[in-house]
Amino acid sequence: MLDLRKFNSLGEALRAALDRWPREVCLIEADREREKARLTYREFKEAALPLARALENAGFQSGTRAAIIMTNQSKWLISAYAIFFCGGVLVPLDYKLTPAEQLKLLAHSKAEFLVIEYHLWRVMAQAEEFKTLAAPTVLVTEAPAGADLAGAKRWEEFCSAGEPVFAPRNRTDPACIVYSSGTGGRPKGCVLTHENYLEQCVALTALYPFWPGVRYLSILPTNHAIDFMVGFIGPFTCGAAVVHLRTLRPEYIREAFTRYKITYMTLVPMVLKSLERGLRQRFEALPPGRRKMLNALISVNRALTRKSPKPKISRMLLRQVHEAFGGELRALFVGGAFTEPATLQFFYDLGILVGNGYGSTEAGTVITMNDFKPFRPHTVGKPLPGMQVKIVNADSEGIGEVVAKSKTVMSHYLDDPQMTAETIVDGWLLTGDLGRIGPGGHLQLFGRKKNMIVTEEGKNIYPEDVENAFDGLPVKEYCVFAANYLWPARTMVGEQLVMVIHLEPGQIVSPDLIVNIGERNRRLLNYKRVSGYLVWERDFPLTASLKIKRGELAEEIRGTLGRDRVLPL
Amino acid sequence: MPTLESTTSEVLDLAAAHFRVPREQLRPDDDFFKKLGISSLEALDLLTHLEHHFHIELPDYELQGVSDFRTLAERIQSRL
Repeated sequence: MLDLRKFNSLGEALRAALDRWPREVCLIEADREREKARLTYREFKEAALPLARALENAGFQSGTRAAIIMTNQSKWLISAYAIFFCGGVLVPLDYKLTPAEQLKLLAHSKAEFLVIEYHLWRVMAQAEEFKTLAAPTVLVTEAPAGADLAGAKRWEEFCSAGEPVFAPRNRTDPACIVYSSGTGGRPKGCVLTHENYLEQCVALTALYPFWPGVRYLSILPTNHAIDFMVGFIGPFTCGAAVVHLRTLRPEYIREAFTRYKITYMTLVPMVLKSLERGLRQRFEALPPGRRKMLNALISVNRALTRKSPKPKISRMLLRQVHEAFGGELRALFVGGAFTEPATLQFFYDLGILVGNGYGSTEAGTVITMNDFKPFRPHTVGKPLPGMQVKIVNADSEGIGEVVAKSKTVMSHYLDDPQMTAETIVDGWLLTGDLGRIGPGGHLQLFGRKKNMIVTEEGKNIYPEDVENAFDGLPVKEYCVFAANYLWPARTMVGEQLVMVIHLEPGQIVSPDLIVNIGERNRRLLNYKRVSGYLVWERDFPLTASLKIKRGELAEEIRGTLGRDRVLPL
Repeated sequence: MPTLESTTSEVLDLAAAHFRVPREQLRPDDDFFKKLGISSLEALDLLTHLEHHFHIELPDYELQGVSDFRTLAERIQSRL
């Protein structure tokens, strides 16, 4: 791999990689069974530089912000490289957000350029909030011939001849603005520097190395901090290849493993569980004799790998299982949300390593990662090299808030010094998660201190972001909470949002009111919906500026009502 | 060419059979995530079954922002 300590920016490191491995394949793009693109590092460079030149001609300068809203595909990475080449700051936005949410974050980031897929652009252009779009240059990919582009330019035609001029950046300059939340309430734009990414890449590849010939299957959205690192920067700076799959359907993921002989893949717990379910069903469908044999082999493998993994032996013992994963798989990575230990154990017993990690966008992706020495399914592993982790305000059992310090921790929240000061204190990032450091320095998580939930898909949901959907609800006041914040539970599972309703005097919870709440709830994306409600009979405590004192209200509710008072919606 | 009504009805039939829910409990305006108790991944699985049934191809993004059977049927209808 490249010695990333010698580079000052992602653009510089990627530029060196493209020259270092010109003949290696860096990118494969597949849609179902069809391969749509296969690029070597040289071809990738040849695709990106004319775009970079056109960006320069359009006035792109060092520090210009450019957003990308795309599904995982080759043009995502080509555009990102062109932006870094020109010294730009990348704003990767979630393509799954609603157009209104995307437009809000575009406005907050002050992005001057936008690269977006046609089908997403078509929907955005029809949104009521479209008039708020300020980005003067919009590049649309894959637009059909003759399509109305609402003032945008075609990505495929946006290229200029001539050598673009590489724009050097300093390590401490911003590389990306990544939104960890704030689509409804206060935007949390994490400003991550080039150093944050370069250091994270060094730390991660020390644990899980990439090299030419490695194939990383990218199914998490590239805008997600994890995939951006392990599905782009990591493999590219090591001469490896990224395989993009433009569908998340389990049958095509399974096929991709064997077709492309995948080495690594990152997934969220929900997809891991789906793989587990699929395997269990296949095992159950085996004739009794073969099933018995399989169980015996799994038992042997479990006994042999108790102290440490033995990949060669596991592949020999459970050859058919490993062949279903392509036969070359070194590890799956799971992160973004809590993974049940039983699921991790299921895969470990088959000899399939699942690197369970813990981190956050603010931390520059990963804080801790399992090292399998030995396998500990109940922990999220040890801190990455260069990462300091400690527990503050620990109780008698040693459980307290997890705080982290490292060169990978973000610089600040964009345009929000107050929130930055509340989140990074004396250089320590306050994660808001509760944990305990066990023997050997392995971190175990126990729940959250902050008012938020994380779904199995790895989505962080903040109640403040959800409340907007209920504006004008005909009640005296309402407030949304994470249930585990109202009633602290030492668990990372079963997280849900609860609406606390304070009715007008004499008002009752009528069927109309429930229908009204249900309709508004349905307008939210399915993973953001409120699961239940609670009627509260006292006025909400308010600040002088009439904002709800959430902490105080939560304490009052906690002291008066139990979780059993929540009614389902 | 089937009507939107018949397409919607077929979508409901297939969803009921696939997720083993009594057909009479499903209505076109139902939120399928909630009514069927499924995740976004399972919804993609439903999409695959619908593709096979209607002999069309529906990209994953066609499901984006869609949570009721009627809108899903409209997306299918536009490709028939």
